[in-house]
Amino acid sequence: MARTSNKREFLVLALAVLVGLVLLPCLNAYTPADSSFHISTFTLSVYGKYLCYAVLAMGVNLLWGYTGLLSLGQCLFFALGGYAFGMHLMLLIGKLGQYKADIPDFMVFLEFAKKYPATGGLPPHWVPFKNLWFSLAAVVVVPAVVAAIFGWLAFRSRIKGVYFSILSQALTYAATLMFFRNDFTFGGNNGLTDFKVILGHGVNEPVTKRVLYILSGVLLLLVYLFCRWLASTKFGLIQQAIRDSENRVLFSGYSTAHFKLLVFVLAAVISGLGGALYVPQAGIINPSEMGPDKSLEAVVWCAVGGRGVLVGPILGAIGCNALKSYATHAYAEQWPYILGILFIFVTLFMPKGIVGLPGQLTGLKRKWLRRTAAADLESKRADKVVTP
Amino acid sequence: MCARRLFRCLVRWLTAFLAGGITLHGGLAERQALIAAILSEDGDAQVELVQKLVEAPDPVIDSTLTAWRGGSLYLHEAADGTKIPFLLSSSTDAEGRARALRLLDDQPIADEKGVALQLAPAEATAADTSSKLRKIIKTTLDLRAIRDPNPQSRRDAVTKLGQEQNVTYLPHFEARLATEKEPEVRRALEESIAQTQVASADGAVRVQAIKRLGEMHSIVSLNLLQTLEKEAKSQPDRYGKETVTALHDSILAIENYLRVGNLFGTAFRGLSLSAVLLVASLGLAITFGLMGVINMAHGEVMMVGAYAAFVTQNIFESWFGRSGRGFDCYFLVALAVAFVSAGLVGLLLERGIIRFLYKRPLESMLATWGVSLVLQQIFRHIFGAANVQVNSPSWMSGSFVVSDVLLAYNRIFVIGFAVFIVFATYLLLTRTSLGLQIRAVMQNRAMASALGVRTDRVNLMTFGYGSGLAGMAGACLSQIGNVGPGLGQNYIVDCFMIVVLGGVGNVAGTVSASLGVGVTDQILQPWLGAVMGKITVLAAIILFLQWRPAGLFVTRSRSLEG
Repeated sequence: MARTSNKREFLVLALAVLVGLVLLPCLNAYTPADSSFHISTFTLSVYGKYLCYAVLAMGVNLLWGYTGLLSLGQCLFFALGGYAFGMHLMLLIGKLGQYKADIPDFMVFLEFAKKYPATGGLPPHWVPFKNLWFSLAAVVVVPAVVAAIFGWLAFRSRIKGVYFSILSQALTYAATLMFFRNDFTFGGNNGLTDFKVILGHGVNEPVTKRVLYILSGVLLLLVYLFCRWLASTKFGLIQQAIRDSENRVLFSGYSTAHFKLLVFVLAAVISGLGGALYVPQAGIINPSEMGPDKSLEAVVWCAVGGRGVLVGPILGAIGCNALKSYATHAYAEQWPYILGILFIFVTLFMPKGIVGLPGQLTGLKRKWLRRTAAADLESKRADKVVTP
Repeated sequence: MCARRLFRCLVRWLTAFLAGGITLHGGLAERQALIAAILSEDGDAQVELVQKLVEAPDPVIDSTLTAWRGGSLYLHEAADGTKIPFLLSSSTDAEGRARALRLLDDQPIADEKGVALQLAPAEATAADTSSKLRKIIKTTLDLRAIRDPNPQSRRDAVTKLGQEQNVTYLPHFEARLATEKEPEVRRALEESIAQTQVASADGAVRVQAIKRLGEMHSIVSLNLLQTLEKEAKSQPDRYGKETVTALHDSILAIENYLRVGNLFGTAFRGLSLSAVLLVASLGLAITFGLMGVINMAHGEVMMVGAYAAFVTQNIFESWFGRSGRGFDCYFLVALAVAFVSAGLVGLLLERGIIRFLYKRPLESMLATWGVSLVLQQIFRHIFGAANVQVNSPSWMSGSFVVSDVLLAYNRIFVIGFAVFIVFATYLLLTRTSLGLQIRAVMQNRAMASALGVRTDRVNLMTFGYGSGLAGMAGACLSQIGNVGPGLGQNYIVDCFMIVVLGGVGNVAGTVSASLGVGVTDQILQPWLGAVMGKITVLAAIILFLQWRPAGLFVTRSRSLEG
């Protein structure tokens, strides 16, 4: 039984990799633009963003589906990773910006030169981000550190359940307010945008987009494999036990706070990585990307796909965002209704998400069959009573 | 202030036009004197004529003088060579032309053919003024302003003139003080007299005036005194020692007074914010305490209440018009309407969604978030995305001043209302059978159920009551803030924080948490700004929970999952 399901999973995975990572980029690169098989660079880049969202949803799932911690602030870590990489991209713009200055445009605009004369207007904490490796490290370290501090404070005092959710929402709300401020030096309202080059290539070149898409796919695959491996280790088992009954785990002598902290940091890092790849593809990162509503949306992707199952969040993130792209285009006015009703419908009627739908249907079918069988029996009995 | 005066002039103008001839005849002599002043060819005589206008009560003089000084008073030369001063009507045609109205009687001027003159400002000849004359006109206008029938504008005018420290105004102030009855204006006059005397060359008068200002705690003259102190310190022999000590004492007295006033003001603002937060979060705290369910749509339930107030207002407006006693009653009705409509929304929410999710509190957050999205969009569809205008009834607009702190009536009302709500909730929980049942279910749901409490019904009633409270909170917010589809979102995070901070399902906890958050926020705001203040409060709450993880007031229980 286990082996066949493993085999099936391997087949599906291989197929997904083949289509997602090989076929789609090839169709983009090697078919002529007028061919009906052609996939435009724009479409590919949109898919790339979906993949990054899927990575974010994997982070949510690791927390919610596997540990029972509902974080309503996961987008904060996504955005932190995005900002960390976005800062590097901003510094790569150089003199290509509107003001032809060495520092990013918004710093010229906000007259940072007066505030930070020693570095020619560049705030000191921006300076190391000129280095690619530093900013890549920051993509991992910054979300991890923020998560570690918040998680340590929260789990140490045994804040859990709804409390944890509310506090994580407050955290991301506070961070959003902070990033909206111009003097927080991260571009305020507009955030970081107008990127020109990445590693010597124009950000809008098809090759760059393609490579970014492939990287997102690879990242998603790696995160998937990592989570899969993690769930099978002893650590993963304890993690799931915490979800099912934290007190029992606690009474068995495990320090659940440490486990939860580690999971929280891991999820933050995963989300941050997704954010870092998202930014060059979206071309912008701003504070609204980390707001509480975005974080809730990410939770819903996870719920729609099915939490506690590895493929769930991937299906959910891609499906919901495809729906969003379509609906905000076709029915912009109705989109909040659709999203709201999706929230309600999924929580009420599809607690296991899309992944759990077949099981739910079989259950319903079995129930229905049993009922009809009972009814048959009843009517036969009734017949018997009537006939003599 | 200038805009206000201009507006006043405009209003007077318009009322003068509307009232037509009735008001005109009373001021005919004054108008003639005004015209004589305008047409006078001799500079000195003209100045004298203008200065004489100070005493004339007719408000048309203000508007005309203002127009003259601003170059919008025009002269029309009639066929016989006489000059007729006129103003242009405020209503213009498509080409920007307006009717020329004679100053004497506000009647249109007719040209040779008997047709009313229509002129654009550029086509008319303005009555000329010299800079000296303009100064005289301004002084005249200012001195007229301290005779204004409206005490508020009279006080403003006096305060403004006092700042100029012009000795020539002194007799006018004193003359006015002798007849003035309004205490506020009297105070302003005394202040202005003292301020003017501070500039006096006579040392004794100066010292006396400075002391007087100190005794009066005159905040408006603090700046003036501080500049003078700097000057006096740099040239001690010119001002003398006594002046310096008097200045020092007076400034200290005023500053102390200011400090007390600021403290009082902060306390009041903090209290009023606390009251808003308290009314908003009390319902949330009760439902959360009872059912362990966080209603993310709580903010939108508040929004329902605010829009209920808006609708009630519109209905009353269509019945009674925009003002008057009938309209003033609307807010009391609106509170009831808000309670009922928001309560109904709450009942629907509980029956339709939340009751299926009691065992899954995390999911209930998601579902109610979905509800909040839908509700927001519904209201955006019905009422538009822009904020709607909810007018305060007359008894709630305005304010009074206690030791220079502005206490707005609507804020005081909210504070009083919060006290009332807390009291009512307390009575409900402790003196009614529903309250008894609520407390029983809160303490031990299974046991209460076993003893025959219909927990299902208790849930429903509590949720309805909590939502009703939120609706009333929304109606209150409509009096002090904007009403729009995003109303709920502005308060929701604060409300959650207060519930978490106060401890679950505890009225005392909610009260003290709202007071703590509201006052701290107001204390921090002047230092850190609104945003950083809010962030600091959020951070402080997270740190506070390290110390007391279950909030300020903990309901003790032996159950494992608190």
